[in-house]
Amino acid sequence: MNGLEKSLLNDFQRDFPLSATPFADIASGLEVDEAEVLKGLSELQAQGAVSRVGPVFQTDRIGASTLVAMAVPDERLEDVAELVNAYPETNHNYEREHRFNLWFVLTASTEKRLRDVLADIERRSGIEPLVLPMAEAYHIDLGFPLQWA
Amino acid sequence: MGLSARELTLVAAIQAGLPLVSRPYAAIGAKISMSEAEVIERLSMWLANGILKRLGVVVRHRELGYQANAMVVWDIPDDQVQAVGKRMGEQAVVTLCYQRPRRLPEWPYNLFCMIHGRDRDVVRGHVDTLVRTCGLEGVPHEVLFSRRRFKQRGARCVDAGARSSDSMFDGAQSTAVVF
Repeated sequence: MNGLEKSLLNDFQRDFPLSATPFADIASGLEVDEAEVLKGLSELQAQGAVSRVGPVFQTDRIGASTLVAMAVPDERLEDVAELVNAYPETNHNYEREHRFNLWFVLTASTEKRLRDVLADIERRSGIEPLVLPMAEAYHIDLGFPLQWA
Repeated sequence: MGLSARELTLVAAIQAGLPLVSRPYAAIGAKISMSEAEVIERLSMWLANGILKRLGVVVRHRELGYQANAMVVWDIPDDQVQAVGKRMGEQAVVTLCYQRPRRLPEWPYNLFCMIHGRDRDVVRGHVDTLVRTCGLEGVPHEVLFSRRRFKQRGARCVDAGARSSDSMFDGAQSTAVVF
């Protein structure tokens, strides 16, 4: 990881320039060319270190969103995870070490669509989901300060 | 919740990320017949009013060496959960902190926080620190470490039907990482 990459990863998680040419602005602050910034971000994205350069929405202000947990028998976990992943409404989906071993976040355009997806997942998997919508936020996603080993 | 059809079109056009081009806001606007200036103005407004939590580089922790990720869940008495949540949310080791409903009898926990670390011992150390700094000795809690990641990408707040076209940068549907 070179200095430019570290800076691109850590210093622009928020307060990304809202100018017509944000990458040129970043470049001028780092005293490099815009092309180097664009190339650096493209490569980090290709490597998987950067998911995207873009918005993190407070999704429940736009549509409807919830965390969901399911207790899935181990031998069915991959199949049920795949079933859940197939919905465009699923944005995160993790296996966790617990009786409730599948944890995912659903975001839909409306409450009704969210309920329909949940009902569909329950019907197709035969497993009742634990629906855990946010009640109050005490610390939202404002980026993640990286420390280099 | 209150966004106009025009605004939802912008959400759809931008939710998968900005194109990595010199004038990304103009490129997004061109897809939906919106001027560059209007795209920038609406994004500024959403940042100010909280519809956008942030705009910028979204990293993947695991790819950057943060191999341990725990969701820590706590059973806090209802009359204390707000105060504890605020305190917990202020701690540097906590990246997310939300209150959620209990689902009794199988789920007694009402406060959730996320902690990332380079390995599990680091994360366990952070949990111990949280217990001390937030006065949570004796409070029931569980540490749920993640194993496989089946999917991680930005939320799609707007249905496919309302979408103009998904950007080519929608590369975030990751395959499971096993370790």
